Amino acid sequence: MDVALTAETVFFTGHGGDEIEAYLARPRDPGARGGMVFIHHLPGYDRETKEFVRRAADAGYDAICPNLYSRVGRDVSPDDAAAAVRADGGVPDEQVTGDVGAAVAYLRDLDTSNGKVAVIGHCSGGRHTFLAAASMPLDAAVVCYGGLIVGETPPQLPTMVPLLDRAPDIGCPLLGLFGNDDQFPTPDQVDVIDKALTEAGKEHEFHRYDGAGHAFFSVDRTAYRVEAALDGWERIWTFVGRHLRSR
Amino acid sequence: MCTHETATLPVAGSAKGPTGWIRVTDASVYFDHPSHAVANHTLNIDLRRPADGPSARVGVELTADSARALAETILRVLDRTASVQ
Repeated sequence: MDVALTAETVFFTGHGGDEIEAYLARPRDPGARGGMVFIHHLPGYDRETKEFVRRAADAGYDAICPNLYSRVGRDVSPDDAAAAVRADGGVPDEQVTGDVGAAVAYLRDLDTSNGKVAVIGHCSGGRHTFLAAASMPLDAAVVCYGGLIVGETPPQLPTMVPLLDRAPDIGCPLLGLFGNDDQFPTPDQVDVIDKALTEAGKEHEFHRYDGAGHAFFSVDRTAYRVEAALDGWERIWTFVGRHLRSR
Repeated sequence: MCTHETATLPVAGSAKGPTGWIRVTDASVYFDHPSHAVANHTLNIDLRRPADGPSARVGVELTADSARALAETILRVLDRTASVQ
């Protein structure tokens, strides 16, 4: 199998007709395959998230990460863009939904697409993944320690409203990966999300890791937990492989 | 994510970044994941001049202990010099 890939910056039209920058990685193999949209965390469109995108391409998927902070300006470093967005109160859910929906459409339009797309996100991107799964047709969703799906809206970030009441709107199978030492969300909050999805009759599977807290996938952070991260990646590929495979 | 715990305030003064001095007008203070510091969470301060764009920023990320020590030191120095302010 040819595992060579290409990675590049692309542009498409997002919410409100705005130009969105995105990082796209694709296997060079010409065969039909599914696609994955990675939603970056609050720290922005950073190297870590782009590494996730390349990892997905290496696993055989067309993968893209839209820069949800594109409107801050081109050639702005991810940390400067994140600081500006944070000071302005975050990005509105409606705008995120529009941008992610455009990224999903971008993947489905690729000549290698089998028409199936999953969305995945970490941290605030996990919350945004839950939002996307409740807002648009998808084939799978992966929520990695998404905070504020339940809980109170922080007064300084009024865009981060709880999403639990959207559980009945979830339209695709959902995989959730959480650390038991996390406070955002706490294990009790994960229980609440699990229960809401069960009561709504939504196909989902949650896995929780002892000895891991928030951001356990982040290899450059002290929060990295290799056992949890490696098991989590295996579960992601199994889950996504099942739901994105070509008929 | 993240704690989301963020406070913003207007400030007056200057900060020096890689491109030189910036006359800063706004500050953000938050306790959240750092971009660079080696800690799960840090006390982060952005000194900014939004009128000059998002890159007009000087950021610091400090461990909780060092941020508290810095804050106490700032207040102590200000108290000692109150007569000349």
